Amino acid sequence: MSLLTYDFVVRALVGALFTGLAAPAVGTYLVQRRLALMGDGVGHIAVTGVALGLLTGTSPTLTAVAVAVVGAVVIELVRAGGRTSGDVALALLFYGGIAGGVLLTGLAGQSAATLNTYLFGSITTISGADVWVTVGLAVVVVTLAVGLAPQLFAVAHDQEFARVAGLDVRVYNLLVSVMAAVTVTVAMRTVGLLLVSALMVVPVATAQQVTRAFRTTLTAAMAIGMVASLGGVAVSAYVDAAPGATIVLLALAGFVAAYPLGAWMRRRQRLARPFTEPQPESVPPGVGPGHTAVPEEHVHEHSPECGHPAVPHGDHVDYVHHGHRHAPHGSHYDEH
Amino acid sequence: MLVNQPPGAVLSVRDGAVELGGRPVLRGIDLDVGPGEVLAVLGANGSGKSTLVRSTMGLVPTCRGEVRLFGTSLPRFRDWRRVGFVPQRVTAGSGVPASVREVVASGRLSRRRPFLPARRADRDAVEDAIAAVDLSGKARDSVSTLSGGQQQRVLIARALAGVPDLLVLDEPTAGVDVESQETFAAALRAILLRGATVVLVAHELGPLHELVDRTVVMRDGRIAYDGPPLAAFTDAEPAHRHDHHHDDLTRSASAHHPTVTAPLDPTGAQGEHR
Repeated sequence: MSLLTYDFVVRALVGALFTGLAAPAVGTYLVQRRLALMGDGVGHIAVTGVALGLLTGTSPTLTAVAVAVVGAVVIELVRAGGRTSGDVALALLFYGGIAGGVLLTGLAGQSAATLNTYLFGSITTISGADVWVTVGLAVVVVTLAVGLAPQLFAVAHDQEFARVAGLDVRVYNLLVSVMAAVTVTVAMRTVGLLLVSALMVVPVATAQQVTRAFRTTLTAAMAIGMVASLGGVAVSAYVDAAPGATIVLLALAGFVAAYPLGAWMRRRQRLARPFTEPQPESVPPGVGPGHTAVPEEHVHEHSPECGHPAVPHGDHVDYVHHGHRHAPHGSHYDEH
Repeated sequence: MLVNQPPGAVLSVRDGAVELGGRPVLRGIDLDVGPGEVLAVLGANGSGKSTLVRSTMGLVPTCRGEVRLFGTSLPRFRDWRRVGFVPQRVTAGSGVPASVREVVASGRLSRRRPFLPARRADRDAVEDAIAAVDLSGKARDSVSTLSGGQQQRVLIARALAGVPDLLVLDEPTAGVDVESQETFAAALRAILLRGATVVLVAHELGPLHELVDRTVVMRDGRIAYDGPPLAAFTDAEPAHRHDHHHDDLTRSASAHHPTVTAPLDPTGAQGEHR
C-alpha cells in the first residue's frame, strides 16, 4: 500500500477507475448494435485530433474530443443512411484518421514517441487537471448509459418498434456515437487509442458469457472493466509494465476464464430448446399421411418443457421418444 | 381529400401510395378502420400487405395521400402510447442477451419519461402482458433461448404492455407453432373485450379466423377485396382428421384468393386490373 503515497499512482488509479466504468457502459450498447469495432474506428480518427492539437499547440485532449465526436457522427450517418458500402466508408475514415495523425505529427515536428503516449496510453504521466476531466466526462457518460438504459436498449434492440413507441431513434443513435467518441478520448490517456476498443468490448464479451439479461450484462461489464483497470494499474506498478497493455491483457484473461463456463451453460440451454419451426413449404417429401397410434406409455404430456427433442412437423410439433417421433393426437400419440 | 374522413375512424388512409426505390408498391389505397374492428390484411408475398401497415405506422413514407391515426394526420401524430406494434419477427438476435421481461418492458416506453424509474403501474402492466401470452415462467430467461413461437409471443406481450387502443401486427402467425397461435388468439380476445382495434397482416389466419370481422385482400399493391371474411379462410380448419398433413398445408388457404404477383405497371399509371 506504500505505493498509494505517490500522487501519480493515486491519479492513475482514479483515472483507471472511471475509465474502467465508462468504457464498458458504452461498449455494451455498441456490442448490442453489433458495432463492436466502432470504438476502434473512433480511436483511429482521434489520432488525427491529437496530432491537430500537437500541431496547433492547443490541448491534444480537446482537439481529440472534437475530432472524435465529428468522426463518430459521420460514422453513424454513414451507417444509418448506408446501403451496401457502409463498411468500406468506415474503413476509409479509419485509415484516413491514422494516416492524417501521423502526417500532422510529423509536420508539428513531434517525434513518434509523443504520439505513442496517446496511442498506447501513459496513465502515470496524467496530470491533476486531466484526472478531473476524465472523472467529469466519465460521470456524464455513465449517467447517460445507465439513466437512459431502457430507451437506448429499446432503440438498439428493435429500431422499428422504438419508432412506433414514439422514441426519436436518430437522436438516441447519435447520442450513443457521441458517448463512444467521448469515452475513447477519456480512455486515451489510460489504455491508449489503439487499445481503447478492447476496454469497451472485452468486459461485455466476458459478462455475456454468463448473463441472461441486458441490465445484468451492463452492470457486470462495468464491474469487470473497473476491476481490470484497477488491477492493471496495480500490477504494472509492481512489475514495471505498460499499464494500458496490462489492463487489456487482464480483461482478456477474464474472458478466457469465463468462456468455458459460458460454453457449458449455452450447451445446457441448447439441449432444452425446441427447434425453430420451418416454413410449411419445407416439409420433407415422402412423409406419408398414414396414422399409427403409439402403444407406449407416456408418464407426461409432451411439451416444449418435457425435455424430449422437439421436431416441428407441418402444423404441429413431434417429440422424439425412444427413437420414435410422437405427435399428440387427442387422447393418444401418433407415430410419425 | 379530407371529405370522406369518418369522424370516429381509428386508422384511415386516403389515396395512399408508396414508392420503394422508384417502384410503386402501393397505389390508390382507401381504408378506414373503425373502433373495435378486427381487420385482417391478406395477400400473397409481394402484394404490399406488409408495406400497407408499415406505412400506417410511419415506418415507410407515403408518396401521396394521407394517413390518419385517431383523427390526427401521421406527421403530427404524437400519441404513440395509444398504438401497439408487433413487427415481423427478427431472426438475428442482438449482440447482448436480453431477458423476456426487459424486452416486454420496452413496450412501456411510450408511457415513461427518460431518467425516471419504472412506476408500479409500469411493472404491473409488464407482468400482466407476460402472463397474457403464457410466458410467466420464462420472464427471466434470455429471449434468444426461446423457440420461434415463444419469441413471437414476447413481441406480442411487448405491444400489449403499453395497453394500446390500436394493435397492429405484421405477420404475427408466420412460422409459429399451434400452441403459440392459440395463446395469441386468447390474448387478442382479452384486449378486444377492452374495446381495442386490431389490424393484422397474415398469410394464414389459423386459430385467429374466428376473431376477424373484416378482411382486406391485397393484390399488386391495391386493395382487391374489402369486406366480411371469406369462406375459404374460415373453413380451412378441419377439426379432427386422420388424413391431414402435408398436401393441404403446401396448398394453403390463400390459394383460394387472387394471388397473382404480376409486375407493376412500368409507367406507374393507375391502369385497369382485370
